[in-house]
Amino acid sequence: MYGKGLLKGLGVTFKRYWNTYWEDITWVLSNKGKRYYTPEGVAHRSSKDARGIFTVQYPEEKLPVPEEFRYIPFLVYEEGPNGEKNIRCTSCGICSKVCPPQCIWIVRTNDPATGRPVPAPAEFYIDADICMNCGFCAEYCPFDAIKMDHNYEIASLKRNVLDKEQLMKPLSYYAGIRPANYAREEAARAEKAAAKAAKQEA
Amino acid sequence: MATPVQTTLDLSEKFPGFVAADTRPGYSGWIVAPEKLIEFAIFLHDGLSYDFLSNLAGVDYLPEGKMEVVYHVYKTTGGPALIFKVQVPRADPIEVPSLTSVYPGAELQEREAYDLYGIRFTGHPDLRRILMWEGFEGYPLRKDWKEAFYEDDLKPFKSRWPEGKIKMAEEKNPHGDNIRFPAGFDPEKWVPTDPEELLYASLKNYYSEDKDGVKTDHVVVNMGPQHPSTHGVFRAVVVLDGETVLSLKPVMGYLHRNHEKIGERNTFLQNMPYTDRLDYFNSMTNNWGYALAVEKLMAIQVPERAEYIRVIMAELSRIQNHMILIGMLLNDLGAYFTPALYAFEERELILDIFEAVSGSRMMCNYYRFGGVVRDLPEGTLDKIKSLVLERLPKKVEEFDRLLSENEILVARLKGVGYLSGVDAIAYSMAGPVLRATGIPYDVRRADPYGIYDRFDFDVAVRTNGDLYDRYLIRIDEMRQSLKILSQAVKQIPEGPVLTGKPQYQVRVPAGEAYGRVEGPKGELGFYVVSTGKPNPWRYHVRAPSFINLTALEKMCVGGKIADFVAILGAIDIVLGELDR
Repeated sequence: MYGKGLLKGLGVTFKRYWNTYWEDITWVLSNKGKRYYTPEGVAHRSSKDARGIFTVQYPEEKLPVPEEFRYIPFLVYEEGPNGEKNIRCTSCGICSKVCPPQCIWIVRTNDPATGRPVPAPAEFYIDADICMNCGFCAEYCPFDAIKMDHNYEIASLKRNVLDKEQLMKPLSYYAGIRPANYAREEAARAEKAAAKAAKQEA
Repeated sequence: MATPVQTTLDLSEKFPGFVAADTRPGYSGWIVAPEKLIEFAIFLHDGLSYDFLSNLAGVDYLPEGKMEVVYHVYKTTGGPALIFKVQVPRADPIEVPSLTSVYPGAELQEREAYDLYGIRFTGHPDLRRILMWEGFEGYPLRKDWKEAFYEDDLKPFKSRWPEGKIKMAEEKNPHGDNIRFPAGFDPEKWVPTDPEELLYASLKNYYSEDKDGVKTDHVVVNMGPQHPSTHGVFRAVVVLDGETVLSLKPVMGYLHRNHEKIGERNTFLQNMPYTDRLDYFNSMTNNWGYALAVEKLMAIQVPERAEYIRVIMAELSRIQNHMILIGMLLNDLGAYFTPALYAFEERELILDIFEAVSGSRMMCNYYRFGGVVRDLPEGTLDKIKSLVLERLPKKVEEFDRLLSENEILVARLKGVGYLSGVDAIAYSMAGPVLRATGIPYDVRRADPYGIYDRFDFDVAVRTNGDLYDRYLIRIDEMRQSLKILSQAVKQIPEGPVLTGKPQYQVRVPAGEAYGRVEGPKGELGFYVVSTGKPNPWRYHVRAPSFINLTALEKMCVGGKIADFVAILGAIDIVLGELDR
C-alpha cells in the first residue's frame, strides 16, 4: 500500500511525542519530583532510560561534567599554615615542551645570590585562546602541579592570556573537582614518602 | 622490513634497470624510474590485480635533493599493500608522469601533491591548485617553505622555557602583514580572471547550443561556498542545462590550514590531538590510524585490554557517525531536523561515554602509542554495556522503521547518483560508498588491524550502487558495529592499558610506515616518515572525505541539481578532513 512507510514513520514520531508527556505525568504521579530544573531530572533525561524530549534548558539547567572533563589548565598550590601559597610547579618546563600549540610560557626563577635556578616559576603564562585543551600538560607533569579545570564558562570580549595569579587554584579545589584522581595521587605520594623514609632509616 | 610481496615476486627482474627494491633502512617497496612508471602501474593493475590506489603522497627529501612520490596500492580482494615510489631530482620543473590513466582515483591526490609540492604530473587532465588559492605563491609542504607566522622549524620552540617572555602571534604578525603575495600583486586591485577562467574552462559544455531550434544557454551555478547543503565551506561549480547537471567541479580548501606542515613541525606525540581536528566526528578513529602508523615504526605491542578499549571506542564512534549522517542526509532532503535530532539524542549518550573516558566529547585525544591514556573510569563499562546491549539496538531498529520505507525518501534516493563497482574501485572510493556498489572491501577484514580478526561480524554490502543503498548500508553497518561491540564488552579482560611508562618524548626509529583504519567515512590512512628525530619528517593523511569526492562528478552528471545535495550528503564529507 502506498503510504504505509510514511504512516509507520509517523507512528515513531507520534510515540516520541506521547512519551514526552507520559514521562511528565508518571513523574508527577510517582512523586519523583520535578522533571525539569532539578539535577534528578537532568540526569534522567541524559540517561539510557531517557524517553521523549531530552533537551536541557541551558543555562538554567546544566549537564554535570565527568571527572576527566578537561578545559584550560590551572596551577595547583598547597595552602601553608599561615595562608601562604606553596606552588607545586618547579618550572621544569615539561608542560611547555609537550604543549602541541606551544601556548605555555614559563620564566624560571634564579637565585639572586648564586644565579642558579630555583624550583619555582617566576612567571607563568597560558595563552588560553591558543590552548587546545588536549590535557598533555596535566598528563605529563611529574609533580601533579598543573591540572585541567572544569569551568567551561570563560567567554570574554578580550584576549585571554592568563598569568600566574589567574592560573593558581588551591589543592582543595582540585580535590573537589577530581576526587578519584586526587585520592590516587595522594596515595602514590604517601607511598613514595614512606619508601623514602624507610630508606633513610635503613 | 620487507613486504610479503617482495619475498614472492621480484619486480626488478620484470623491469631490469628501471625498478629496484627500496633498500633504505626502515623502508620497503620499489623505486621505479619515472619513464617506466605508467608501464609499471599497468603491470600492477592488470597483471597483478592491484586495482585500488589507496594513497599517493609527495615527500620532499631536501638533504638528498630529491622529490619522491609514494604510491600505496592494494587488491580489493584483500591483502597487504604494494608500495612503489618515484624519485626525481629536486630542480624545477619537477615532472612525474600522471597515473590518472591507470588509476583515475589519483586525480585529486595528484592535484594535491602538485599544489603542495609543485610536482607537475604530466598527462594529468586538469592540473590546477586544489587546496591553496589560485594566486598563491610557493609550494607550502616543501621543506624550505616557511609560513607567514613561522617561528622555528621544529617544536618545542626555544622561546617558551626557561625565559618565556610571552609574545603573542598577533604582535609578531600584525593583521595585514601576515600574508605574502607574489611580486607585483595587489589584492585590492586583483580581479579574478585567469584562475577562475581555468576552473570554468575545465568544465565541459561551457557554451550555448541550439536545441530544437531554440538557442539555449547553459547556466553555471556556484553551489557554495556558503550553502547549507555543503556541510561547511565547500563549493561545487555546476554547469546546468535546465535542471540537469552537465558538468561539475569541486572547489575546496576554504578550511585549509596545512595540517601536514603543522604535523611535521610537531613532535610525534603532539600530532595526536591535531588528528582529532581532522574528521571531528570521529576523533577516536583518527587517533587510532595515527597511533597505528607510529606503532608500526616503533614496533611496540598494545596490551590486550587497550586493544578492546580501542575497538569499543572506534565502533561507538562509527555508530554515532552513521546516525548523524542519516539525520543530516534527511535534513538535506527536506525532512527538517526530526531525524537529525533523534540521531543527536543517541549520539549524545555515546559522546557522554567519550567525555567520561577521555575528558572531551569530540576532541578525544585518547589513544597513545602503545595503548590508551587511561583505563575506563569506574562505572563506564556498565554504561557502555547498557547502551550497547539494551538501548542502541532498539534505536537502530527505530531509525529503520522511521525512515527506510518512507515513500518520499525512497523516491528521492532510489536509482539516484548511481556509481558502478568498477568505477568505485577505479576512483579509489572507500568505505560505505564503495561497499554500496557491491564491493565487499572493508579494511577491518581485508587487512585486519588491532584485534578485528577475533570478532564475528559481516562486512555490510549492498549491490545497487545508488543513494538508497548508501543509506541502507549505514543502517547495516550500525547493526554490525553493535554485533562487534556486544562481543567486545563481554570479552574485555582486565590488565594494563599502556605498554611501558607514559612518555612525552617517544623514540621512533628511522623508516616509513602507513597505518590505515576503516574509518566511518572510509579508509583513513596515515603515512609517516621518521628520520629518528623527535619530529616526523613527513606526515601525510589519506583523507576519505577528500578522495571520495573524486567520483562526485561521475555520480552527479545526468542527474538533477537537487540530487547533487543528496549525493554530496550521502558521500559523508567533513570539511575539517577534506581541506586539512
